[in-house]
Amino acid sequence: MRKLKNVLLLCLTLAMVTGLATQATPADPIKIAFVDPLSGPFAATGENGLNQFKYAAEAINKSGGMLGRQLEIVGFDNKVSPQESLIQLKKVIGDGIPFVFQGNSSGVAHAISDAVQKHNERNAGNRVLYLNYSAVDPALTNDKCHFWHFRFDAEADMKMAALTDVIAANKNIKKMYIIGQDYSFGKAVADGAVAMLGKKRPDVQIVGNELHPIGKVKDFSPYVQKIVASGADAVITGNWGADMVALAKAANDGGLKVPFYTYYAASDGVTAAIGAAGVDRIRLVHESHPGNPNAPKALSEYITGYRKLHPQNDVNQPRIHTALNMLALAVKKAGTVDVDKVAAALEGMEYTNLSGDQVIMRRQDHQLQMPIYISVHTNKNIQHDLDASGFGLSLESKVDRDKATQPTTCKMQRPS
Amino acid sequence: MKAADAPTAARRLAVADVGRAGVLRGYGVWLTAAVVLIVLPWVVRTGAAVPIMNQMGIAIVFALSFNMLLGQGGMLSFGHAVYFGLGGFLAAHALNLAGRGTLYLPVPLLPLVGGLGGLAFAALFGTFSTSRAGTVFSMVSLAVAELMAASSLIFDRFFGGEEGITTNRAKAPLLLGLEFTRDRQVYYLIAFWVLLAAIAMYAFSRTPIGRMANAVRDNPERAEFVGYSQRWVRYISFCAAGFFAGIAGGLFALNYEILTAENMGLNASGVVLLMTFIGGIGSFVGPILGAIVFTFLQSMLSDYTGIWLLYLGILFLATVLFVPIGMAGVLMLHAPAWRARRVGRLAGPYLVAGVCGLVAAVGVIGLLEMLHALVAADTPSGVRRLFWTAVSLRSVLPWLVFTGLAAAGALGLRWAGPRAAAAFADANRAGAGR
Amino acid sequence: MEQIVLFSILNGLVFGMLLFMLSSGLTLIFGMMGVLNFAHASFYMLGAYFAYTLASRVGFWPALVLAPVLVGLLGALVERHGLRRVHRFGHVAELIFTFGVAIVIEELVQLVWGRPAKSYQVPAALDFPLFHLFGSAFPAYKAFMLLVSVAIFVFIFAILTRTRAGLIIQASLTHPGMVAMLGHNVPRVFMIVFGIGCALAAVAGVIAGPVLGTFPGMAQVLGSVVFVVVVVGGLGSLSGAFVASLLIGTLQTFAVALNVSVGNVLMAVGVPAAASAALHDVWKVTVAQVAPILPYLLLVLVLMIRPTGLFGTRET
Repeated sequence: MRKLKNVLLLCLTLAMVTGLATQATPADPIKIAFVDPLSGPFAATGENGLNQFKYAAEAINKSGGMLGRQLEIVGFDNKVSPQESLIQLKKVIGDGIPFVFQGNSSGVAHAISDAVQKHNERNAGNRVLYLNYSAVDPALTNDKCHFWHFRFDAEADMKMAALTDVIAANKNIKKMYIIGQDYSFGKAVADGAVAMLGKKRPDVQIVGNELHPIGKVKDFSPYVQKIVASGADAVITGNWGADMVALAKAANDGGLKVPFYTYYAASDGVTAAIGAAGVDRIRLVHESHPGNPNAPKALSEYITGYRKLHPQNDVNQPRIHTALNMLALAVKKAGTVDVDKVAAALEGMEYTNLSGDQVIMRRQDHQLQMPIYISVHTNKNIQHDLDASGFGLSLESKVDRDKATQPTTCKMQRPS
Repeated sequence: MKAADAPTAARRLAVADVGRAGVLRGYGVWLTAAVVLIVLPWVVRTGAAVPIMNQMGIAIVFALSFNMLLGQGGMLSFGHAVYFGLGGFLAAHALNLAGRGTLYLPVPLLPLVGGLGGLAFAALFGTFSTSRAGTVFSMVSLAVAELMAASSLIFDRFFGGEEGITTNRAKAPLLLGLEFTRDRQVYYLIAFWVLLAAIAMYAFSRTPIGRMANAVRDNPERAEFVGYSQRWVRYISFCAAGFFAGIAGGLFALNYEILTAENMGLNASGVVLLMTFIGGIGSFVGPILGAIVFTFLQSMLSDYTGIWLLYLGILFLATVLFVPIGMAGVLMLHAPAWRARRVGRLAGPYLVAGVCGLVAAVGVIGLLEMLHALVAADTPSGVRRLFWTAVSLRSVLPWLVFTGLAAAGALGLRWAGPRAAAAFADANRAGAGR
Repeated sequence: MEQIVLFSILNGLVFGMLLFMLSSGLTLIFGMMGVLNFAHASFYMLGAYFAYTLASRVGFWPALVLAPVLVGLLGALVERHGLRRVHRFGHVAELIFTFGVAIVIEELVQLVWGRPAKSYQVPAALDFPLFHLFGSAFPAYKAFMLLVSVAIFVFIFAILTRTRAGLIIQASLTHPGMVAMLGHNVPRVFMIVFGIGCALAAVAGVIAGPVLGTFPGMAQVLGSVVFVVVVVGGLGSLSGAFVASLLIGTLQTFAVALNVSVGNVLMAVGVPAAASAALHDVWKVTVAQVAPILPYLLLVLVLMIRPTGLFGTRET
């Protein structure tokens, strides 16, 4: 008897699922799924990404949309969990949305990429395209590459190639210290740095190569002491989030004045939290002009427009604009939203982005080829600051597309 | 005084034990459950329904295994996901071996591999964690969870680092020509295992050792006088719980074809505590109910709000404070009145109290959502849609309205709550009098 | 090398004393009420966030006093209207309750202050290097942290051993029934002790916030370690908590400073290098890498060998 009641309850619950899911399928706009954290500790990053997608989509919609249809960005909260991402991916597929954007965490990216590949192989009539705008693990466009994955950010090795070019040109650097979080990305940064520095500047001595547990270190002062004791002239780190802030603060407290070459030490609260502790110390390697000084006009207008809507947030991922516009062009070229045809149209596509650079989607591995920028954290001559903090990034050097490009081991298999 | 406290506690939490024997007797229940499981995917036919039901099935087995410890054994574990995760990782590796042909393992048997893996590690870690009950047990489970979470990043050959271990169920050998590539095919496999595991766990609770687990929970000294070593009884329960957690992990490997470190992390262990407790730890159906409701909320609530975890936290806290017997416990409490056919009398007072509660909830949710929209600053227009109306964050009126609703609902509850309780007592008294 | 040793000792002391501030409250609460307060680190986080907001309005020094008072009152409220209610359901229910409180506090902090880290800075008056040695600096603020925690330590011991209230608290630790018989309101003592414990955690939050960062995950980062301290030191034992805090504080900083891998250690004790292939993953792990999990290893070891903890007299 009781069981019957439970069963009824279950049916009711599931009927609710049905009701909720069917609500969301009007045919008119082209839907694009954004699968990233919208709750929990990384929600700030996810929400800002979603807003940048909506902002970029609005501009496309104003100029006629895709195939005469409007774009609609639909957010799905994956809680940066691979498991939740797969559930959300199933929801995306169930809603008949053909395009999926995701970027936060390489672990999640691997899960989604793998699931998309399996789904597409098993369900030829109902395929989805995975557009990766931020996950930088090189494997995604090397050993693990497949036809339905495209990457619009520079992978970790491209960034490292650019970084080591700059370091190689700096004759003051004789001793290098590498520190990172103990997981795939931290290790990829460390291995890349050792290999590439060894080639470009064999005289640079690696005086420390350290991995610390991710998100578990309470106090970075002991690490800073080791860096000081090693006599390093510069530090490379792939740290992000709280680990990055804490490292920068401990370096400031410990009187460590050497430059820190970083991947993620800006925006989403990190710039504000580091504040004065990072001036002329923190350097960032990224894929776009930092906006200071003398930003290209298109970028400057884009940033100003976005800041008007979201005064607290930054355009920290101009590649979102690139990715969405390249997708729109590909849909236009294919004349359909059929996933295989759009993917074919994206291959080899060229595009001029907001920084005024010509980027190209490489056919062999679906990795966007682009120049790389290196900027410094400062509060002098800042036109476009970050986190509304008065601090921002200022351009130091730029590495050309041809210099940053990396070979690939990908053997792309295309559906016949 | 303190030593005696813990057992009485668990006994009080397990109030609903009383009604259990009468309710779940006979095979009819299991047959009904089987029929429902078979029919379900044909009743709900939306894209996301089957994947979510698959997740629910996994959660049900996991929560039931957790309750073997907490509800039946009185052991609060903060690291139960360790056995889920280890079982899952072993199953994923086994599936990969099967795919390469080095191991003959048909897909349907995969959860068993996970179960044996969970059992092996539970047997190992159980040797030192079950030596004591109560707080010490909880602390050791926490320490083991932290250790395993850290090891999962160190031993990256086994755990695959951040990407985890991926696998492919389509490559393993077939059994009886059954193929498992589509979600629906997997659904039936999961449903089969859920039913099997549930029956097995229910049967375990009826065995002498399962009964002794209750005795040790309630009064370890007396249990020892009967001739059972309390430590041994806890160890057996612990191993059994690890086995079924491993089966859930194996089902996970089968369904998602990936396992990552988060599956055995502290959060995963916390989630299973939340869902089990909300469902009710005092009865066998409690965890099932909790797993279904919690999974549904977890996957769907986030479509509507960014602060879904806060709501679940409040729901959990409210359960602990006001109805520690959980949802199933509340339902069970009404069994006597239902049998006496006096549930009808409760409808009126319950409806009034329910409306008051709903009004209060709307008020509180409105306030929280407005605050969230303001702080997260993701609404440049300053207008947020709440309860099918556009609400302006910058005017005073909506704040006043929601505060008023919350206050009115709370006042109403104070008035209607005791009445509903009185009606309940009345229905029971009348029921007993018959 | 001397520099690393010296600074490791200093940093270990600072961190250890910070742990003590957190664990002293937790162990007092446990000793009296038998409740292992899962939400203890959440009150530490609240301390940091309250101080961040207050410091921008009234300055750092008033915030140093005000924030702990507010958090203490909040803690007393939680005890009065929550914990006391679930007390009748026993310790497991209490533990589950505090677990729920921890979740809700973390979510509320994100709701009110937002998700990104807050830029809660060291007060300008203390933002200078105290001294330079071997090329690296020791910030004055850390000396201040040490000073505050030592002061708190002295204060607690003075209260517990020299005042009447302290005597009642000590008596309630071991003989709550007897204390109630003598006419003291034990529930009220519980509430006050819970409030004070939370206030102590908040003091730790106020002074640690600028150094260790003020972000919604800060409670989780420290939460489990504080448990370890309390259990290793012996549940309910203040002196045990003190020793365990310093032990774990220095253990962690020294482990980071050492450049030794598990392979080195195994070789040193005579395990042949040939074993390295089989144990590849373990072999390359350095002590620094596993530093943050050492406390948990210690916990498991202590509980296996001496379940009462180092200084404890009872098990649960």
